[in-house]
Amino acid sequence: MIPAAFDYVRVDSVDAAVAALTEHGDDAKLLAGGHSLLPLMKLRLAFPSVLVDIGRIDGLSYVRRDGDQVAIGALTRHCDVNGSPELAEHAPLLAYVAGKVGDPQVRHRGTIGGSIAHADPASDLPAAVLALGGELVVTGPSGQRVIPATEFFTGFLETAMAADEMLTEIRVPTAVAGHSYQKFVRRAQDWAMVGVAVARYNGTTGVSLVNMGPTPLRAVAVEAALASGASAAEAAELADQDSQPTGDANASPAFRRHLARVLTRRGLEEAGL
Amino acid sequence: MKVSIEVNGKTEEHDVEARTLLVFFLRETLGLTGTNIGCDTTNCGACTVIMNGESVKSCTVLAAQADGQRVLTIEGLGQSQDDMHPMQEAFRQNHALQCGYCTPGMVMAAVSLVHDNPNITEAEVREGLEGNLCRCTGYHNIVKAVLAAAGSGGGNL
Repeated sequence: MIPAAFDYVRVDSVDAAVAALTEHGDDAKLLAGGHSLLPLMKLRLAFPSVLVDIGRIDGLSYVRRDGDQVAIGALTRHCDVNGSPELAEHAPLLAYVAGKVGDPQVRHRGTIGGSIAHADPASDLPAAVLALGGELVVTGPSGQRVIPATEFFTGFLETAMAADEMLTEIRVPTAVAGHSYQKFVRRAQDWAMVGVAVARYNGTTGVSLVNMGPTPLRAVAVEAALASGASAAEAAELADQDSQPTGDANASPAFRRHLARVLTRRGLEEAGL
Repeated sequence: MKVSIEVNGKTEEHDVEARTLLVFFLRETLGLTGTNIGCDTTNCGACTVIMNGESVKSCTVLAAQADGQRVLTIEGLGQSQDDMHPMQEAFRQNHALQCGYCTPGMVMAAVSLVHDNPNITEAEVREGLEGNLCRCTGYHNIVKAVLAAAGSGGGNL
């Protein structure tokens, strides 16, 4: 399969990337590792007329502690997130989840920024950042703004970013009080049939769901139940509340709801609740 | 557009369409047909090559992204039957192939895996090859071969 023809523009700075987006608008897409975008283009589900290659912008691949947060450059690859000593120490959920994306070859190319900007409800990292109550730093023509993860995912493959904005940094709080990622797959390397991310930090517990609706979802009812003293088992029973799972060849909506409850209980228990 | 890619130690400069995928560049522009196309959807791993020392699926990398980079294909690993890479030799000794279609990608993925982790365990090999499918399901001997090669230069690049 071969993508539809496009013009290829390679940029060496965030400013140049934003300028290219400003010039071409909706016709342009950013290319980082390409592991979400190129498969869509090969299937002709996406056919941007301009591809802006940001993969060689210097200085956007990093993980650093910043006060009570950890900042991750958008071009940091999954293998580097997975292997980061800073994340292992300060936000181990994120390091663990990055190691569950795809397979080694995919993790050598795919980036955390690309995965989050793509906003696939079935992918792993958006849910992890949501459970962590993270923030997304986006850069546009008039500078940077910070979008809370809870407001970032607005629809299926849609985000709160404007067409001329680029995701440049992901910030998560240091979260070391317990975590878990439960990814239910029938085959190695598959997308999660359902996934549950749990992160404990600042005295609270964040819980989010993979593939239980058009966006990654925060399991608000579970979090509220835990906050008011419910046990892990009791809270987990509320996991599928307000979700909208669809059915496909892998699972019916009812099975997905069942999985969400079971995986949430397992996740909460693994996180020490 | 013009790309210049170091393939198996040789600089290859060619004019290609921007949408050219690395696997087609290797197979059709350079005639290096050892790298197979299987699923063409980033699942099966048959098209795995090593770029800058790391395994990648060449059906999901643009030739433009590989511009200026170093690519190693199965042809660059061993030049003849008498000069096989330790990983290729281990695959032969352990009968780690049946139809052979997945083999070039499997070997390249295995070399990258062992390069990163020379003291790899059986469990790590099984996990680490999750991106490569063998539809003959000959996995057991593949794992044996990778473990055998790990101790004898199987990760040499």
